Amino acid sequence: MIAAALTPDSFLERLPVLARDTVTGLLPESWCWLAGSLLEIIAILAGFGLLFAYLTLAERKILGRIQNRPGPNRTGWFGLLQPFADGVKALTKEDVVPAGADRVLHFLAPVVLVAVSLLGFAVLPFGRHLVAVELDTAVLYFFAAGTATELAVFMAGWASHNKYSLLAAMRALAQLISYELPLLLSVVPVVLVAGTLSTTKIVAAQGGWSLGFVPHWHVFTPWGAAGFGLFMVAALAESNRSPFDLPEAESELIAGHLTEYSGFKYALFFMAEYFGMCALSGMAVTLFLGGWGAPSALLEWIPSYAWFTAKLLVLLLGFIWIRATLPRLRLDQLMKFAWKFLVPLTLLNLANAAGWSLTAGWTGPLQLVRWAVALSLVAVPFVVLGRTLSAGSAPRTYRFA
Amino acid sequence: MLGTGILQGLIVTAKNFVGSFHDPARYTTLEYPEVKPALPEAYRNFPFLVCDNATDPMGTLRCVACQICEKECPPQCIYIEKSRDKKPDATGKLQIYPAVFAIDTSVCMSCQICVEVCPFDAIKMDQVFEIATTDRYAALLLDRGQLTKPNAYFHTIHPTEAAEVDARLTADRQAAEEKARAAALAKAKTPAASPAPAAPVAKRDQTLESAP
Repeated sequence: MIAAALTPDSFLERLPVLARDTVTGLLPESWCWLAGSLLEIIAILAGFGLLFAYLTLAERKILGRIQNRPGPNRTGWFGLLQPFADGVKALTKEDVVPAGADRVLHFLAPVVLVAVSLLGFAVLPFGRHLVAVELDTAVLYFFAAGTATELAVFMAGWASHNKYSLLAAMRALAQLISYELPLLLSVVPVVLVAGTLSTTKIVAAQGGWSLGFVPHWHVFTPWGAAGFGLFMVAALAESNRSPFDLPEAESELIAGHLTEYSGFKYALFFMAEYFGMCALSGMAVTLFLGGWGAPSALLEWIPSYAWFTAKLLVLLLGFIWIRATLPRLRLDQLMKFAWKFLVPLTLLNLANAAGWSLTAGWTGPLQLVRWAVALSLVAVPFVVLGRTLSAGSAPRTYRFA
Repeated sequence: MLGTGILQGLIVTAKNFVGSFHDPARYTTLEYPEVKPALPEAYRNFPFLVCDNATDPMGTLRCVACQICEKECPPQCIYIEKSRDKKPDATGKLQIYPAVFAIDTSVCMSCQICVEVCPFDAIKMDQVFEIATTDRYAALLLDRGQLTKPNAYFHTIHPTEAAEVDARLTADRQAAEEKARAAALAKAKTPAASPAPAAPVAKRDQTLESAP
C-alpha cells in the first residue's frame, strides 16, 4: 500500500487525468479531443477563477492584519463569502460609458485583457500529467501572449475619452515595454541551460536531488537565484502591482485607465490583473522553482499538482506582502531602475549562465572555483551598480519649511 | 547596500502581521455592534430631562417649564408648553410643569447651552448615539416621554457631575427646611409679624419667571 502510494504514478497523481478520460470515454471517438480540451479549459477557468476570488479576500485580510485591523469578516464565516458578495455588487452596479467614449473599444478592452491574460495558463505544467497544451516553444508563446495585455490597457485608456485614462495608458505602455526586456532577459538563461523552450522539459531538467534532499532547481544555482529575483521584480512591474502601480496611481491619476470603468467591466480588469499575476508566478515556479517537483524524494508521495499550488501560493503571498510594504515609485525612478539596473544585471546573468553551462563538466576543487566565480558574478555587479546608482540619493535628508 | 531598506520594511510589516494576532496593543479594533466602546465621561450628544423617581417619571420631573432653555437654545430646537395647573414636585412643593416638552434632534447641535442655563438641573446631556431612524421627521422629534430619564441613569453616564448635582440639591433642600423651621419658630414667638418668607427655591422661581 505504502509502496504503491510512494510511486510517482500513484492514483492521486493520475486522478485529474483519469477524471478527464472517464468523461471523454463516454463520447464518440471523434469528439474526444474537443471534449478533452473543453474540460481542460473549464478546469483552468474554474480553478483560477476561484483562486482569483479567494486571492482578493486573502489580500484584503492580510493587508488588514498588516495595518492592524481585521479585514473583511462580516460576510459568512470569517468573511469567506466576501468574494461572492463583491461579485454580486459588481454585477448589479450601473455600467457607465462616458458620452465621448468609443463604445466598441470601451467594451472590448476588458474582454480582450481577460482573454489575453488567460492564454498563458495553457502552457503551464500544473502537474506531472497536467499541461493543457504541449508546445515546443511554450516559453516564447507565454511571453508573446502576455505582451498583448499592453494593447488592451492602451485600448482602455484611449477609448475612455478621459485625460487621466490616456495619461495612465501611456504610462502603462512605457512601463510594460520597459520591463518586458528584463523579464525576457531573465528567462533566457533558463532556456540556455535547459536547452529547450518547452515548459515540461524545463521542469523535467530540474528533476532529481543531490543527497536526496537538495533539489536541482534553478533557483539553487547562483545565476538561477539572481534570475529568479530579477524575474520576480520584472513580474511585479508587468502585473502593475505595488510598488510599480503607476498606471493606477490614485494620488495622481484617479484610477488610471480604470477611471471610466464601473460595475462588471471594472471587475474584469481586476480579474485580469490577478490572472496575470498568477500566470507570471506560475511561470516563475516552472522556470526557477522546479515546477511541480517535490523538494525532497521523501515527499514525492504528495501529488505534483499540490506542490505546484503550494509554490504558486507562496509567490502570490509574497506579492501581497510586498504590496503592503513598499510605497509607489516615481516614473523617472521606475525607468531608471529598469534600464540602468535590471537590464545590465540580466545581461550579466545571461553571461553567467553561459559560463555555468560551459563548465558543467568541472569536478572536485574546480567545482568550488565554478561556484565562486558564478557567485561573484552575481554579487559584485549588484553591489557596484547599486552603489553607483544610489550615490547621492541616499540617505535622504528631510528639510522642513 | 541596495535592497536592505526593502528588507527592513518587509520585517516591519511582518511584525505587524504577526503582532496583530496576539498583541492587543497593536490590534486595537473593536468590532462595534458586538463590542461597545467605553465612552469617555465627558462625551455628550443630545439633551434629556431628569426625573427623580423612575416609577413615576412624569410626576417627578425636575423641569418647571421656566422656558429659559427654550429661549437660549441657539438653533431653537426646544419647544415647551406650560401646564395650566400645578403639581407637587419631588420636594412636595406645588410647581407648574411642562405639558409639552419637545426637542427636535435633527436641529439640535449638541451645544449644551440648555444644560448650562437650567437653574433646576432638570436637563442634562445624554450619551445615546444609536439614533438612526427610517423617518426623518416624526422619529427625530422627541417628546416629553421619550426625553425623560431617571436620575439613576444620569449617575451611570456622568457619575462625577451627577454626584455634584445631588450634593447641591440636598444641601439646598436642607437649607430650605432649616429656614422654614426658623421662620415657623419666629412666627410662633411673634404671631403678629409679617408673613413668613417663602422658601428660597420658590423665591428663585419667582425671580426667574419675572425675567424676560
